[in-house]
Amino acid sequence: MSEIDIQGILVGHGKLAEGMLDAIEEITGSREGLVPVDNHGLTPEALEERLGQLAGDKPSVVFVDLPSGSCAFAARRLKHRTSRMAVVCGVNLPLLLDFMFHRNLPLDEVIERLRTHVGVSIEQPTNGDSSVPSR
Amino acid sequence: MAILLCRVDDRLIHGQVVVGWGAQLGLDFIAVVDDELSQSEWEQDLYRAGLPHEVDARFAGTDGAIDLIPKWANNAERGFVLTRDVATMRRLAESGVLDEVEVNLGGIHGAPGRKRVKPYLFLSDDDWGELERLRETQVSVSAQDVPTARKISLEELLERRSR
Repeated sequence: MSEIDIQGILVGHGKLAEGMLDAIEEITGSREGLVPVDNHGLTPEALEERLGQLAGDKPSVVFVDLPSGSCAFAARRLKHRTSRMAVVCGVNLPLLLDFMFHRNLPLDEVIERLRTHVGVSIEQPTNGDSSVPSR
Repeated sequence: MAILLCRVDDRLIHGQVVVGWGAQLGLDFIAVVDDELSQSEWEQDLYRAGLPHEVDARFAGTDGAIDLIPKWANNAERGFVLTRDVATMRRLAESGVLDEVEVNLGGIHGAPGRKRVKPYLFLSDDDWGELERLRETQVSVSAQDVPTARKISLEELLERRSR
C-alpha cells in the first residue's frame, strides 16, 4: 500500500464486517486496505472513538451497513469533524471490490466511482408466476 | 394513544429502533428527548438523514417534551419517545405525561461504574436509584432489546439484583 492509498473501514452490526471481508478475501485473495469493525457492546462514543483511531489523519472511506444504524451515526459524527473522510451507507460486495481496486485514486474520484459505477442489480419477474421456477 | 413505546437507549435512533421495533409497529415519528441534542442542529440533521422517508424525527429538551408529549399522544400519528438515560425518562414520567405508557430499557452500554445486567444493559448505582424512582410513577418498566427477546420486568431485575 502506498502512502496515498485510501483506507477502507468496514463497520456493521454483528459479524457482518468480518464476514464481508472473509468473502472479499475468498474472491480476491486479499483484504488489504480494508479493516473490519463490529459495534458489539460499544457505546456510540466508544464506536466513534474506535473509528477515529483507525482513520487517523489518512484519507478514509467508512463503509456502513444500515443508513439508520448506530454505526452510521457514529461514522457521520466523526465525519463532521474530519475533512478527509467519506461515509458510504448500504455497503455491498460490488462496492467493496470496486474500492479495493481503485483506492489509489484521489478520494473524490473514488467516491464518484462508488456513486455512479456500482449499482444494485434487481431483476423483475418476466410474468405473473415467474416466482415459482418450473421444472 | 399514539406513543407506542418509550425507550431508554444510549444509541438513540439506530437499527434496533428503526428496523427492529419501528418496522413492526408502523412508525410515523421518533421523538428524541435530550437536552444536549435538542441544541445541536447538525446532529439532528445527521439523524434525520439516516431515517426512512416515511419516519419523521423530532427533537426536544426535557422541559419542552413535557409540553409536547401530550400533543403527540393525542394525534393519529404513531411514534416512539427515546431518551439516552434513565434519569431523563424518570423526569418525564414524574411529570405525568407518560402515565400508563410502557417504558422499555433497550440499550445502556458499559461505562465506568456500570455493571452488566444483560448483554445490552449495564447499570450503575445511580441508574438503579433512578429506576427505583421510576417505579414510583405511573409507568410500567421492563427490559427488552428487540421484539423477539423475552421481556424482563423491573421487579424481576430488582429481585435479581438483591440476590
